[in-house]
Amino acid sequence: MNTERDTIDERVTEYVTVMIGSQLFGLPIARVQDVFMPERLTRVPLAPPEIAGVLNLRGRIVTAIDMRRRLGLPPRTGTRPAMAVGIELNGESYGLLIDSVGEVMKLADASREPNPVNLDARWAGVSGGVHRLDGQLMVILDVDRVLDMANTAVAA
Amino acid sequence: MDDLLREFLTETNESLDVVDVELVRFEQEPNNAKILDNIFRLVHTIKGTCGFLGLPRLEALAHAAETLMGKFRDGMPVTVDAVSLVLSTIDRLKDILGGLEQNQQEPDGADGDLIGELERLAVGAAADARGAKSTAGSLTYQVLERALRPGEVSLDELERAFRETAIERPAVTDGKVARPERRLAAEDEERVESKVASQSIRVNVDALETLMTMVSELVLTRNQLLEIVRRHEDSEFKVPLQRLSSVTAELQEGVMKTRMQPIGNAWQKLPRVIRDLAAELGKEIELDMHGADTELDRQVLDLIKDPLTHMVRNSADHGLETPDVRRAANKPEKGTIRLSAYHQGGYIIIEISDDGRGLNTDKIRRKAVELGLASEAEAEKMSETQVHKFIFAAGFSTAAQITSVSGRGVGMDVVRNNIDQIGGTIDVKSVPGEGSSFTIKIPLTLAIVSALIVEAGGERFAIPQLSVVELVRAQANSEHRIERIKDTPVLRLRNKLLPLIHLRRLLAIGEGDAEPENGFIVVTQVGSQTFGVVVDGVFHTEEIVVKPMSTKLRHISMFSGNTILGDGAVIMIIDPNGIAQTVGAAPAVAESEQQRDAKTEKMVSLLVFRAGSPQPKAVPLSLVTRLEEIDCRKIELSNGRHLVQYRGQLMPLVRVNDEVRVRTEGTQPLLVFSDSGRSMGLVVDEIVDIVEDTLDIEVGSDAPGLIGCAVIKGQATEIIDVGHFLPLAYADWFRRKEMSTQALTRSLLLVDDSAFFRNMLSPVLKAAGYEVTAVAAPSEALALIKKGGRYDVVVSDIEMPGMNGFELAEAIRGERGTAIPIIALSSITSPAALERGRQAGFKDFVAKFDRQGLIAALKESTIEWVEAA
Repeated sequence: MNTERDTIDERVTEYVTVMIGSQLFGLPIARVQDVFMPERLTRVPLAPPEIAGVLNLRGRIVTAIDMRRRLGLPPRTGTRPAMAVGIELNGESYGLLIDSVGEVMKLADASREPNPVNLDARWAGVSGGVHRLDGQLMVILDVDRVLDMANTAVAA
Repeated sequence: MDDLLREFLTETNESLDVVDVELVRFEQEPNNAKILDNIFRLVHTIKGTCGFLGLPRLEALAHAAETLMGKFRDGMPVTVDAVSLVLSTIDRLKDILGGLEQNQQEPDGADGDLIGELERLAVGAAADARGAKSTAGSLTYQVLERALRPGEVSLDELERAFRETAIERPAVTDGKVARPERRLAAEDEERVESKVASQSIRVNVDALETLMTMVSELVLTRNQLLEIVRRHEDSEFKVPLQRLSSVTAELQEGVMKTRMQPIGNAWQKLPRVIRDLAAELGKEIELDMHGADTELDRQVLDLIKDPLTHMVRNSADHGLETPDVRRAANKPEKGTIRLSAYHQGGYIIIEISDDGRGLNTDKIRRKAVELGLASEAEAEKMSETQVHKFIFAAGFSTAAQITSVSGRGVGMDVVRNNIDQIGGTIDVKSVPGEGSSFTIKIPLTLAIVSALIVEAGGERFAIPQLSVVELVRAQANSEHRIERIKDTPVLRLRNKLLPLIHLRRLLAIGEGDAEPENGFIVVTQVGSQTFGVVVDGVFHTEEIVVKPMSTKLRHISMFSGNTILGDGAVIMIIDPNGIAQTVGAAPAVAESEQQRDAKTEKMVSLLVFRAGSPQPKAVPLSLVTRLEEIDCRKIELSNGRHLVQYRGQLMPLVRVNDEVRVRTEGTQPLLVFSDSGRSMGLVVDEIVDIVEDTLDIEVGSDAPGLIGCAVIKGQATEIIDVGHFLPLAYADWFRRKEMSTQALTRSLLLVDDSAFFRNMLSPVLKAAGYEVTAVAAPSEALALIKKGGRYDVVVSDIEMPGMNGFELAEAIRGERGTAIPIIALSSITSPAALERGRQAGFKDFVAKFDRQGLIAALKESTIEWVEAA
């Protein structure tokens, strides 16, 4: 019994950390296909505003999601090009446009905390909890919920 | 499932399909020994294989069927019952095979009923056949009229070989030794078979599918490489790349070929379907199939299989009449359903037509109203073609009785959806009493399509070639230029008004930029709907590999997918069906003139403008040839008259009234009226709008140039009399042509309840040299004729209160007993109305605004009339 509890406590998840605006986010590494520089983005007329466009990544068509818009943040300024985190869902490829990529972090599931109740609804909709790190908080991005555009309306 | 069984299932199912078709053919040609041999052979093989695999039910059934067929070969007369029995045996075989596929063993059950029947027929017939044989002789044994060549086998031998081969297989595996004298013949046959077998192999469909995907990727990569090399002039890659390019093209073609299947595969079941239907419905039906070897991609084939079957069933059930109805209608008792397929461009065209009763327009109309697809008024105004379109609406079935065959309300809408899905179009034509014909146009393959790459708002898009009819370059001051009615752009193309849609506006891109006057118009056709898509530029056509849209973007109806271009960019593929829907939803102006006329009997498109006073003025749009805005510097003053050089001619400008000022700077709006190569420009202050409204002149006017006042869109509007202004431009406008004294002796009676049209047409007719008597009602016209008024020709409206035009025409016939030519003037030009008109005695039908047509029709009929008199 005791050992079982131990394994639960010891369970860790690896996260790829990214910056969107001034906030640190973490994506479970198992869901991240690759990180790339989005190039030649084609706008899709009449598309929802969160969809930045589509692009060709090694022969695959990738749908790019503007994470700043998705989170209700102001558009990116500055000259540093955006980065994208490649994600696959139901055989389709998506790229989450973020400001920059950080490092890979191993964090114990036990230290994950639920979303604060007063978190912005738009954020709460895509967040899978929070980790307290040294000096900052890391919000866990729930990839499936990020790609579920239907729940944007709630916060809008 | 073990391989042997799987192969057996595939092979047997295929064989049974062939037997199905062959049996129906055999029933029609009972003396064709070739067909019978083929059936016999197939059934025999099935029997043999079943025995080998230990499938007693199948074997017993096949054996009984074979025995009966053997009797046919021995000369037993072929009856419908017998064929039906064999067919139901085949159905049973298929059922058992289905069970076998699921559970890998024969399902339980007894087939005593069928076997008993088969045996009874076989035995009963044997006696008959013996009798027949002695008198008439047998036709079935084929005798070779020459000696056998080396290597050839006699028919008898061959037959024996068939009997033996199947049994021989277990013999080999079981290690038994077959009798040697049989063995020889069998080996001969085996050799022939293996030669055929080695020429084709079975390939898993998935493997082909993967191959196709890979080739698609290869094509893309090739395109990308080509694009790169194009940028480097002296690249050493050029030559090998060219080679790669052509090899890729060949490979693509080759792989496509492996996926191609004759459309006959989708038709295979139809003869049987029709035969059973004919029996069930008590109809005689002939199925006429052409172009069964036309090939198309198997993916496409799969998708159209069911729709085709459904449509053929529909034709048999709804289209064709019963024999007695057909006899009564002087048609051959046997109805024909014709199925044909052929290639045209990169597309395959499939036509399904029948010589039945045609679509019942009234019934469809009623049903459409019932279902709330159109209001009663709308439905009334629709042309037949428009009404026919309703059969493709969801849940639409007019069959009064729901039969087991069709009429369950899941019909043509499903067909249409399936065809839409594969980027095809479907259209229907129907003539009452003569039959209907459906035309399906589908791409040969879905994976790679030819598309036109266009630019709009700085972005590129692909438009599938399937729906592109032509490209028109629009330029200001050229023949083809974009004209605007209020804010709706239109193009005059070969005397038709083509609604235009700016791709930019449609996709909400590049907003804020002025819509350019110069651009390309992609004339697009979807079904019978034609419209122009205005784009900023056209690049080239490219073979594109269609990739489905992301699920997040699939709701955008304007796109059917996306693709990667040669330069690596991703672009959207425009879905013409999606655009067609928006065009359809746009205001009525977006429709073609003809449709609008049919729809709105008394509705008139009016051009509203201001001239001289703030009160609006209007003129029927159809009388206006063109709307112009000309540079004021081009206006010249000569001899007190304003002139402008227009299309290489001097065009006089006339002011609507003295209050209107000819502008001296900026641009001057003009209404241009043209007739017989002459044009005049009417100077106005402002072109306001184009509206559809009924034209009811409520207050007449004596003021020159005004017919009167009418309420247009809730505002009192002066209706101007174009006839007044024309002579102001050219004093001889009405006098110059066809004005011989002889012509003047021709008198014309004009009947129209609308004062506007009387006023509009009288001057035109006078100009053409007729003495015009205009009356407002048919009764007045009849009274004049009764009083002995002699008219050389009558021009009459159709839709009038009290007595309509048809009745008037009939009355005039009755009155005079002679043939005064009567010309109908109508906004309705549906085939039914035309027919009705011809019956009533109308000489000709002219659309209401077609002045030239009217003059031509008048000339023709009065010449005849004068000659005859």
